Amino acid sequence: MTLLIKGARPYGEDAADILVKDGRIAAIGESLSATGADVVDATGLVALPGLVDLHTHLREPGREDAETVESGSRAAALGGYTAVHAMANTDPVADTAGVVEQVWRLGQEAGLVDVVPVGAVTVGLSGERLAELGAMADSAARVRVFSDDGHCVADPALMRRALEYVKALDGVVAQHAEEPRLTVGAQMHEGDRSARLGLTGWPAAAEEAIIARDVLLADHVGARLHVCHVSTAGSVEILRWAKSRGVQVTAEVTPHHLLLTDECAEGYDPVFKVNPPLRTDADVEALRAGLAEGVIDAVATDHAPHAVEDKETEWASARPGMLGLEQALSVVVATMVETGLLDWRGVADRMSARPAAIGRLDGHGRPLTPGEPANLLLLDPGTRAVVDPAALASRSRNSPYAGRELPGRVVATFLRGEATVLDGKATR
Amino acid sequence: MKRHLLEAADLDRADATLVLDTAAQIDAALAGREVKKLPTLRGRTVVNLFYEDSTRTRISFELAAKRLSADVLNFSAKGSSVSKGESLKDTALTLEAMGSDAIVVRHSASGAPHRLANWVRGSVVNAGDGTHEHPTQALLDAYTIRHRLGRLEGVRVAVVGDVLHSRVARSNVRLLHTLGAEVTLVAPPTLLPVGVGSWPAEVSYDLDAVLPKADVVMMLRVQAERMNASFFPSAREYSRRYGLDARRMGALGDDAIVMHPGPMNRGMEIAAEVADSARSTIVEQVGNGVSVRMAVLYLLLGGRSASE
Repeated sequence: MTLLIKGARPYGEDAADILVKDGRIAAIGESLSATGADVVDATGLVALPGLVDLHTHLREPGREDAETVESGSRAAALGGYTAVHAMANTDPVADTAGVVEQVWRLGQEAGLVDVVPVGAVTVGLSGERLAELGAMADSAARVRVFSDDGHCVADPALMRRALEYVKALDGVVAQHAEEPRLTVGAQMHEGDRSARLGLTGWPAAAEEAIIARDVLLADHVGARLHVCHVSTAGSVEILRWAKSRGVQVTAEVTPHHLLLTDECAEGYDPVFKVNPPLRTDADVEALRAGLAEGVIDAVATDHAPHAVEDKETEWASARPGMLGLEQALSVVVATMVETGLLDWRGVADRMSARPAAIGRLDGHGRPLTPGEPANLLLLDPGTRAVVDPAALASRSRNSPYAGRELPGRVVATFLRGEATVLDGKATR
Repeated sequence: MKRHLLEAADLDRADATLVLDTAAQIDAALAGREVKKLPTLRGRTVVNLFYEDSTRTRISFELAAKRLSADVLNFSAKGSSVSKGESLKDTALTLEAMGSDAIVVRHSASGAPHRLANWVRGSVVNAGDGTHEHPTQALLDAYTIRHRLGRLEGVRVAVVGDVLHSRVARSNVRLLHTLGAEVTLVAPPTLLPVGVGSWPAEVSYDLDAVLPKADVVMMLRVQAERMNASFFPSAREYSRRYGLDARRMGALGDDAIVMHPGPMNRGMEIAAEVADSARSTIVEQVGNGVSVRMAVLYLLLGGRSASE
């Protein structure tokens, strides 16, 4: 099968044609031609490597009413992703080889993105004893990222053992950094707004204290650590310090933490309830700067679909989390590209290359050069559109961007040379 | 006036003054009358939707609505479909379908009245939501202060106790500021929210330093469950440092008054001889609560016809 993408701008640079053969990029250059090839007119569109998400909740097995591997895969493809890591907090929890293989197989069947299961660090996410990490690593799902996301591995001794143990698996522990004793009943960022709104505060120190502890542990045992959804300026500072000391730590930031603040809690609409919570303007600024600088390695969505009844409630009763896959790139365009903080190569690095490297994914996050797998997306950066939750491919509607105008439209996505999205629509 | 009363910030100075003046007119109109009833809200339906037990607030609103001749429904969480897991939204739509003109809501979740206001066409009155606000309590407190001291502008009010968890404190800080009073919050630092510095109020940790300058001392209830969560070492130490006893009452100016939203923990935040003294407005506050809530319901509903 041969595909010819005409007139795209790789990394937003000079226009070129991209010739794809047998799932790989065969050539990039001017005025390429190939007889019998499917031709895609990509005039003016930016070509980027397919995006890789380190942090997605696909809800299957257990909450198929909120999302399935298939519906989440479709949302991911529409967002320009070619690989997503599926978090372990399903029901049953992905803490055995059986469950991670089930999720992996569902992803293969959907065939829209590579679904890479994350394994739980502890049995049942209970934070008490290690799950069989080796069995998950050795399974067909080839798990390399382990996380109790939704819960912090709070016990420092257990965290140390987890960091040590996964070294043998070339794995990484992705920590949800939240000191649980400091966030009992927490509802939103602790500050001026929480004081006035009467919602229990989630202090920045509860995140920063765990990150500080964990970088010291990772340094001590010589292990890799990945920090999920960094949300505070203080966390960025700790990460910068740790990296300067050579600690093997990586970190991600979500699109919503790059764009939104705790101001969204005014009005008590729980679509804006998320964990960690939306923070302040100063935090947003520090997160953008940290991502630009590379202290924060990756943008990860923390795509968290929730059924209507779990969000159409009082704030305190609502589940935390928001959708992200379909708008992540647009948010990055708005917050990082249009502000001049990242160029398109920077976007490719933070949303594709580095997350793929952290997850040890072969065949993703590769540059747009001949010989590489043809995982790529075409973006129209000039189009601006108002987000309509009803039009999303996700089964859930809890988008914090509803009614907001965002730039950039993913026109096409290709997974190993095969279109998963064309003309902005999923091909299956 | 806005359509709803969700928080004290919904009232600007003119609106707040209108509520207090209306309450005063109602008091005057009913004074000495054998039949304490006005026909104003005849044919209108007021629902008391109470997700928390609060007999005194519910009775106060019930009496206020009945004295305005409204039909009153009491919908309490216990023994209703709520205990079977019905959502706030479904309950709201049910009450709406039954033709309620106003919903008075008490809920343990901060912001629940705001959510409710999105789902119903009638007026929503916040009767206390979580640790957020209790605006009619602040209105009745302001009414009581104005009645006793003759003014609100420049009046120095000390609000003492568990500010962190107090919806009464939040509403009072906002409303008293709107009405020109000067508020000082007095509490141990553990019972003040992070971010209190952004409030229009002074903050002190020292009750004895604040009392001589206060025209009004408003004591807040300290709930028993705080004692087991290290907010302070013991009830005795709290009482010693932040309780209002007879000795401390002696430091107050001649005309200063002592308030408490109730229910009181006698011997904890307030001594019996203080609660029962001539300075105490505690019983008066209860009576004023009915007048102020009548004024609120009248102003929210009275302007609109029953067919609207």
